[in-house]
Amino acid sequence: MKLIFEKGTPGQHLTLLPECDVPEAALREERVLPLRLPHVGENELTRHYKQLSDRVHGMNDGFYPLGSCTMKYNPKIDEELAALPGFTQIHPLQPVSSAQGCLQVLYTAERELCAVTGMDAMTLQPAAGAHGEFTGLLLIKAYHLRRKDPGRTKILVPDSAHGTNPASARMAGFDVVNIPSSPDGCVDLEALRAAAGPDTAGLMLTNPNTVGIFDKNILKITEIIHKAGGLCYYDGANLNAIVGVVRPGDMGFDVCHLNLHKTFATPHGGGGPGSGPVGCKAALAEFLPAPQVEERAGRYRFVTPRHSIGRVRGFSGNFTVVVRALAYLMTLGRERLPEAAENAVLNANYMKARLSECCEMAYPGFCMHEFVMTLETLHRETGVSALDIAKGLLDHGVHPPTMYFPLIVREALMIEPCETESKETMDSVCGLFVRLFADARTDPQSLHDAPLHTRAPRPPAPPPPRHTVLRYSFD
Amino acid sequence: MGSYVPNTEATRREMLDVIGVRSVRELYENVPPEMFLQSLDLPHEQSELEVRSAVTAMAEKNRVFRTCLRGAGAYRHFIPAVVKSITSREELVTAYTPYQAEISQGILQSIFEYQTMLCELTGMDVSNASVYDGATAAAESITMCRDRRRSRALVSAAANPQVIDVMRTYCFGSGAELIIVPARDGRTDPEALRAALGTDTACFYLQQPNYWGLLEDAAGLGEIVHAAGAKFVMGVNPIACALMKTPGECGADVAVGEGQPLGLDTAFGGPYLGFMTASAAMMRQLPGRIVGQTRDVDGALGYVLTLTAREQHIRREKASSNICSNEQLCAFAAGVYLSAMGADGLRQAARLSLSKAHYLAGRLESAGLPLLYSGEFFHEFVTACSEKTARTVCRALERNGILGGLPVEGGLLWCATELVTRAEMDRAAAIAKEALA
Repeated sequence: MKLIFEKGTPGQHLTLLPECDVPEAALREERVLPLRLPHVGENELTRHYKQLSDRVHGMNDGFYPLGSCTMKYNPKIDEELAALPGFTQIHPLQPVSSAQGCLQVLYTAERELCAVTGMDAMTLQPAAGAHGEFTGLLLIKAYHLRRKDPGRTKILVPDSAHGTNPASARMAGFDVVNIPSSPDGCVDLEALRAAAGPDTAGLMLTNPNTVGIFDKNILKITEIIHKAGGLCYYDGANLNAIVGVVRPGDMGFDVCHLNLHKTFATPHGGGGPGSGPVGCKAALAEFLPAPQVEERAGRYRFVTPRHSIGRVRGFSGNFTVVVRALAYLMTLGRERLPEAAENAVLNANYMKARLSECCEMAYPGFCMHEFVMTLETLHRETGVSALDIAKGLLDHGVHPPTMYFPLIVREALMIEPCETESKETMDSVCGLFVRLFADARTDPQSLHDAPLHTRAPRPPAPPPPRHTVLRYSFD
Repeated sequence: MGSYVPNTEATRREMLDVIGVRSVRELYENVPPEMFLQSLDLPHEQSELEVRSAVTAMAEKNRVFRTCLRGAGAYRHFIPAVVKSITSREELVTAYTPYQAEISQGILQSIFEYQTMLCELTGMDVSNASVYDGATAAAESITMCRDRRRSRALVSAAANPQVIDVMRTYCFGSGAELIIVPARDGRTDPEALRAALGTDTACFYLQQPNYWGLLEDAAGLGEIVHAAGAKFVMGVNPIACALMKTPGECGADVAVGEGQPLGLDTAFGGPYLGFMTASAAMMRQLPGRIVGQTRDVDGALGYVLTLTAREQHIRREKASSNICSNEQLCAFAAGVYLSAMGADGLRQAARLSLSKAHYLAGRLESAGLPLLYSGEFFHEFVTACSEKTARTVCRALERNGILGGLPVEGGLLWCATELVTRAEMDRAAAIAKEALA
């Protein structure tokens, strides 16, 4: 399809702004460079973007079992409330006395998220999960420095971890020590003991881990780190399996981040905006980013923690994302939040049980909210890869599972159905998998060629960067 | 079972039978029994009707000012109706990151278009798909410019204080040293800049227009920076870019900024949009996602995520940044906004903002609030007064539904955009005059 720059005619524009009602001013020196922006009518403009949105797979287009991403249904009431003018039209620097409702949203969300995680304090400033990781690691850094223990320069990260973990540790100035996983996908305790020591600043861990298994040694793991003088960081990417059932704070974690765009049902927006609040135990609260919200006798105000690491973002984070998450928390409450987790786990185990009949699982036994299949045998025997199967699913309106992650499983497909999918949907997708695996044996080429029915066929391997076009050329 | 879970008790039983367990709790077999939460300290569940009432009540506690004369990093501009109409489409709102190119061409193409528009605005060669906000974009730019020999970053004291704060926090992480170059008469002092530059300086960050609204001699300062072998980073207002000499024309190596003025609400601070553009030579140092145009197997044009060897999911601890989720839907909104405005519309918005700010400054001066600095300004300026007077003026304006200038050192920082009318400004000036009397 054409680019927006190739539509319309020069000189075409919408009538959006009135004539100037004051004397016109000019700058002494103005840009000479031409400004080439689209020139389309409103009808053409809306058609262009409708066409683009037709080329996107959203939650309402079909099953979205993207492992580790928690693509659950995004409630419409949350969208409606986030769009209230009483939130969208508030200037972030207007007097707090005139923005008490905004501060109440922040304060209430902070308190409720503390209750859910077992943490004592929380900041809502980080704008995404990785941003939360960076923030949490800075709390750990500030804690050790404050205790005059600057030799703690290493962060331990399991080899199954999401790439943001080691990248965040580097940004926070730590060296990364990779900890191998044991054959069951959990932390290798011996390797952990060997790595933990006086130079350990902390450990980053997801639990359930990235292969969907709750690490049964979790209390031993956090104890090993604490005994070595380090702190434990909980990556909340997989919280949906245990939200309201088990709390990171009770597992021995000192700091954690949450992905409101996963566990708390705020939409992903095609890659953001998200929100990555960071919670911590009382000993770390004095390092939290400024400002924090405080409540006294029903009045809210901003305060700066005593030894704050400073700001990690302008203003108070992705505020209207927090509004959505708060509405979700209020809807589910103490009764339904654990039910969400339990149904996420039930759905995943149901699909795992059904698919075990036709496919090898990377790890046996029960899973939590997601599980990993390995198509290594299928690939060896038929030449059909995990990627081919993923592309085959596309032809049937199913978003593929996560592929080639975690890095420790070959030909991996990671499936996370979420609690908001029905048995009926899962049954039909299980049936689809059975069919595709059969196709792999009878007609492998059909899967190499997939997808055939999507808007765009499979793209070739990206061209070498020197041939990559990164912007439209008007010439 | 309520709250978005479709499973009924009967289907749950069927599913448990297939799995071969009697209860869901058996699936949590790895969890140490003592760890299960006994009571969750949350309020009780609520119906949609109750949630709507309760959250609406919170929104109603906030005061929406009819007239806004405050900016300082968040700007109320006109947003064409098509922006919200298009960006509320469910596919766009609910999709994941476009890793699956075949079913994400819409988002990928929109990013490619956005990248192009941002390059046009800033006069730079390449753009990424966005970062969290203007402040984090500024902080990430330091990482782009650092190497083994050059580890110190300089920032103008005339930059937005929140941006400087975020830079400082990021530098606490990376170990880079951040030095603030003083300002004189509201603008960056070139002599102080020259003195602060050294062989270990990685970059200098200049905000244009600066925090107090003043125009800096960007090209001149850029030359000083380059003469010392450091990189020149500019933080710019995207609407001002329609009129002003672009960062590209000023010799910037990296140009970043807060994209909120491009069709996003002030929304108490977010979500906003951090944009990052760079010269071709700095392309590989850009953090975050970048979309490239390519040809698919049939020879048709298509779009893919490219240059991914910079990113965390490939490079882990060696990545140029940890960023994963960015602000895609906000970047999409900015693309729709710029398409709706077009070059003429954007220039008109910039020209109106410029003209109205100058009119407002004149009216306030007549009311007894003279300009603090004498330099040329865009759509923000500082009027001189004592702290006490600033409070008095603001309170009087607020009582009349007007959000006045932001109290800053030396006075009040005002802003005018195309949204305010001459009548509103006359009224604000009259109220200020009365408050001063």
